[in-house]
Parts: sequence; C-alpha cells; structure tokens
Amino acid sequence: MKAKLATLAAMAALAASPAHGQKKYDPGASDSEIKVGNTNPYSGPASAYGTIGKTIAAYFKMVNEQGGINGRKVNFITYDDGYSPPKTVEMARKLVEQDQVLFLFQTLGTPPNTAIHKYMNMRKVPQMHVATGATKWDDPKNFPWTMGWQPNYQTEAKIYAQYIMKEKPNAKIGVLYQNDDYGKDYLKGLKDGLGAKAKSMIVAEVSYEVADPTVDSQIVQLQASGADVFFNVTTPKFAAQAIRKAYDIGWKPMHFLNNVSTSVATVLTPAGLEKSVGLISTAYIKDPTDKQWANDAAIEKWRVFMKKYYPDGSLTDNSNVYGYTVAITLHQVLRQCGDNLTRENVMKQAASMKDFPIDTLLPGVTIRTGGGDFAPIESVQLMRFDGKQWERFGKVLVSGG
Amino acid sequence: MKRNVLLIAILLIIACALPFVVSNYRTFQLTLVMVYATALLGLNILTGYNGQISLGHGAFYALGAYCAAILMDQAGAPYWATVPVAAAVCLVAGFLFGLPALRLEGLYLALATFALGVAMPQLLKYDHLAKWTGGVQGIVIAKPEAPFGLPLNADQWLYFFTLAITVAMFVLAWNLLRGRIGRALVAIRDQHIAAEAMGIDSALYKSAAFGVSAMYTGVAGALSAIAIQYVAPDSFNIFVSIVFLVGIVVGGLASISGALYGALFIQFVPNLADEISKAAPWAIFGVFMIGFVYLMPTGVAGAIRLLLAKRRSSP
Repeated sequence: MKAKLATLAAMAALAASPAHGQKKYDPGASDSEIKVGNTNPYSGPASAYGTIGKTIAAYFKMVNEQGGINGRKVNFITYDDGYSPPKTVEMARKLVEQDQVLFLFQTLGTPPNTAIHKYMNMRKVPQMHVATGATKWDDPKNFPWTMGWQPNYQTEAKIYAQYIMKEKPNAKIGVLYQNDDYGKDYLKGLKDGLGAKAKSMIVAEVSYEVADPTVDSQIVQLQASGADVFFNVTTPKFAAQAIRKAYDIGWKPMHFLNNVSTSVATVLTPAGLEKSVGLISTAYIKDPTDKQWANDAAIEKWRVFMKKYYPDGSLTDNSNVYGYTVAITLHQVLRQCGDNLTRENVMKQAASMKDFPIDTLLPGVTIRTGGGDFAPIESVQLMRFDGKQWERFGKVLVSGG
Repeated sequence: MKRNVLLIAILLIIACALPFVVSNYRTFQLTLVMVYATALLGLNILTGYNGQISLGHGAFYALGAYCAAILMDQAGAPYWATVPVAAAVCLVAGFLFGLPALRLEGLYLALATFALGVAMPQLLKYDHLAKWTGGVQGIVIAKPEAPFGLPLNADQWLYFFTLAITVAMFVLAWNLLRGRIGRALVAIRDQHIAAEAMGIDSALYKSAAFGVSAMYTGVAGALSAIAIQYVAPDSFNIFVSIVFLVGIVVGGLASISGALYGALFIQFVPNLADEISKAAPWAIFGVFMIGFVYLMPTGVAGAIRLLLAKRRSSP
C-alpha cells in the first residue's frame, strides 16, 4: 500500500510538473519496456520474406541481452498477415488497440501497408520504416506518421534511364516486369526517366504473373522485338530464368537487372555465372554471397549474430542482412529518443538522421532524413557483374538530383 | 419451436450488447465474423443444400467488394447504397455463371469455379479496368461514421450496420430454405432424377441457387470492403475461396447456424495458430482442421444437434 501511494505521488508529481519530468511516455513505452509491433508474411505466397521479421526479432533479442536501449527492453511483437491486406488491418488494430504498442515497424508489402496507411495516420501511431520500395511512403505532408526505408523502385529505374540516355541514346528497350505494383512502379520510373523519348525508345513491354511457371516465352518475344537493351524487372526465381534464357537463345542486349534480384547465390549462380557476365544493376547494401565481402568485418559480425541468435536463418539470404540493417536503424532512432518515448518524438528522431552510417550498407551509403524527407536511403551505386562478383562503378548516386 | 425463438432473441440481445462491453478492436473482429457468416451462408446454400461444389466463391466476394468500393470511390455513392447494388450485380453474375456450369457435375464444376477464383485477382489487375479498379494499388475508401448523431463510434456503428444486414440475410435464407424451394434444392442434391420426375425444374433451380449464393457472398464482400476500407487484388486470392469451403464444412453443411460457427472458425483459428507457431502457422491450422473434422464429422452444427438429441432422449 505504501509503495502504491509512493508511486501515485510520484506520478502526480510527474504530471504536475512536466518540465521537470524528463521521462515522457506514450502507450507502449515505460521505464522497463518499449513495445514495437510488426506484421510479416510467415505464411502464404510471400512467406519467403518472413525471414525479415525473424531476423529483426533475433536482433532485438540480442539488444535485450546486452541491456536493452537506454535501460529498456524492446518487446518486439510480430504477427502473421499472410500478405493479405484485410489480415494486416486486423493485426495492425490488434497491435495498436489491444497490445498497445508504441508504434509499428517494418510492416511488409505494398498492399498490406496501403491498407493501414490511413488508419495509422488517423490514429497518429508511427508506421515506421515500412518494408516496401513503393514511392508513396515518402509523403510527410499528407502522411506525417509513415516512413519508408529502402531506396524506392522509381528512383532506381530513373538511374538506369539516365545511364541509358548517356551511354546508348538510340537504344531500343525491351521491358519484362512482374504484373503488380512493384513491377509497374519500376516501369513508371523508367518512363519518367526517359521523358519524352520513352515512347520511341521502349519497343516492347511484356509482363508475367507471380504464378507463372517460366518466363521463357516472354524472353523470346522480347528478342523478336529487336530490343538491344533489356530492362529486367523480376523477382529472384524469374530473374534467374530470364538471364539463362536470354543467353541460351543468343540474345545479347545491354541487360539491366533490378536490385531486387542481385543475389549471387539465389539468382546468378542458378542462372549460371558465365551467363550473367555484363549484367548492370544497383546496390545499397552488402550481399553476403558476394566474394568482395567474404572477409568484410561488418558481414563477419552479421554472421556471428546470425549463428548465435537466428541459427535457422540462411547465411546466403540477402533478406537477413536487410532485416539486420533496418533493425540497426530503429535501434539508433530509439537511442536518440532517450527518455522521451512519445510517438511524436519517435517520428521526430526518425526524421533527424544526419548521415547515420551502418557498416552493412555500401561504403558511402548512409541513413539521411529530414523534416521534409522521409526517405532514409536515397543513394545507390551502379555495378556490373564480371562473372565472379559485382564490380561497383561510378560514384554513389543520390536520387532525385 | 418456442424455445428456438427464445434462444434467437437472447442471442440477438447479446449481439446488441457486445460492442458496448468489448474493445473496439474486438468489435471490429466480430464485424468480420458476421461478414464471413453471410458469405458462408451463401456458399452453404449452393454446396450444402444444393450439392454444387464451388471453389471460386472468393470471386463473387471480390466482385461485391469492388462494386462497393468503385461506387463509393468513383460515383461518390453512400456506403449503405452500395450493398443492394453489389447484391444485384452478384445475383446476375452468379446466375449467368450458373447457366453454363449446369452442364458440369461434381468435380468438373469444382474445377470450373476454381478457374474463376484463380482468374479474379488477375482480372482486377487488368490494365483497361485499372481506371476503375485502381489496378494493383487497389482502392482506399473512407470509413462511415454513425448517422443521426447516434452516440456510437465508427466501429460500433459499422458493427450494428453489419448486424442488421446479416440478420436480414439469415432470416431471408431461413424463409427460403425451410419451404418448398429449400426442399427442392435438397431433392436435387440427393437424387436429381427423382427430383425431376416430381416436376422440379432442375436447371432453373440450380442456376437460381448459384445466383442467390453469389448474391449472399457479394453482399458479404461489399460489407468487408466497407469494414476494411480498402480493396486490392491481393485481398482476394484463391485462398479466400478455399477458406470459405473450409468454413462451411467445419461449421456444418446444409445448416444455417453452421455458417456462424464456420465464420468463428475461419476468423479466430488462424490467429490462434499464428500465436502457437510462427514457423508453421498453416500446419497448426491443419491440425485444428483435422481435429474438428474427426471429432465432429457433421460440422459444429451437426455435433450440437446430436448433443441436444441425446440429452432429449435420455432424461
């Protein structure tokens, strides 16, 4: 009873003098804990990405073992949404209203995030570092509670467009894209990047569905169109098929491969390393299967982390480096928040990252945000595959400029 | 009979009281349960009562949802007006799909409807329809607020709105199925040659059953769009159709109350499975499903019926 009275008194004192009370909390934060919510597809068609949620959970397990953040443990609550938007709405509401998390972090997929976009902003609960490359997450004016993380698809496509305009101004471009938001975002970026010349330069646009068994016929179709530049917007399985088929039928265009599918282990090796020579892509994060990072200190540190905290996780899966890196970003945001764990301050700190370096990102790539800039990673570097590894070339490019 | 009426009255009173007792999040979940119950009732009319297996009811669910979303988004229609439109559109679509499907029996019909279910998400993405459907991005719609200054928040209002429609749909189904039409449907299911010999127009009844079934599912789709405030092709993959089938089998085939049990199952058991294991939620779901089917081979509704009968026979 006495203890209770004492706490009550303390609380009253705190409430009465907010100027002195340095500790400020919104639901989900306390002296001992920060509750973070997340949805991931642990089941369903996109379940391969579920490993990101598991990596993040493992990361915060490590952080907690090492004493937490400013003395507080991170309670990472993650639910399966099966990549189904209605389920995401339900789970987001459960996290916000029932579990009372401080904010959501890394909810995965463009449709699932679109479904909760309005809700999160109406409730004024941060929708932090969403796991999608769509362009719409960087809109602080209309959606001040939502923030992306990775470079967006349109930006990446624009960088390829600039390169094509410079190196091959009379190119005939053939595009293969996945028939969904991700594929179409890239296509739009390419067209925007080419500007008025898009109509004359793009000679063929062919799409495929995620459920298709192969893209062989699409490749033949693109070759027949006479294209000499191939813009390949495919996810890993289809990327490997496309690279192999193009090589096998003797089509040798200037070949741009989207960043989604640059993994040496899961794409280029199955396609055939000799068939992948000359591919051009971009990168912002280190690929654990790329030989140039074999002895890299940061990747080594990541491997040690994986073996200890997520032993079931694959050491060749890019997604696990991704999950680790984005978790480090959040770690820094929460460290910056100090004892002011309000939702407003979380957004404010997330939007004041001044070139925060993370060693699993490529040299020169940093996390940079501002009041009007909710796109944490905006720099990428072009690279070319030489048959063994990706050779980066040119300088680190900042999009938008 | 009297006892049944009393039971339903008590259930209704509880249903009306619930949103004032539980949290908004639970209210929202219960709204979804009623949405599913309506959809399952539709599928049950077709599969349970009439014996036609559909693996594509997710398509009608999507059609209803998109009807509501497009009307609200493009035409600025009020949300309540979209429900009857979705019902009419799905009734016609279901009836038309039922006509050629008449030539298909059993497994072949299942395959044809499966094709419909698989095709739907891609049709929604189709470029020339994207103007209305929003393509892969889907359509975001606004959440309805309580009208006439009722002291209800948006979730509670939506719950009562859905409850009213669900009750109406259940009463309608009850009227439809316990009379001449219901008996005709069951007769066709059990012995269609004998049914025709008795003068039942098998073709008409079968297509009509398809139409009515699609209408129910379409109404549920429209309600779900209003509740979720977002429609996208990814919300309506083939899995939705399969889950509906699971719902009616677990709830109880050819049973009106079974739709409600099935809806509770498909709403809450996946969440439970996820809480048990992140590594293999569907494996856990499968265990639950097998357990239910083994322990209650006639569905939850059938098991309850048996239980009541036993109690009555042994005083």
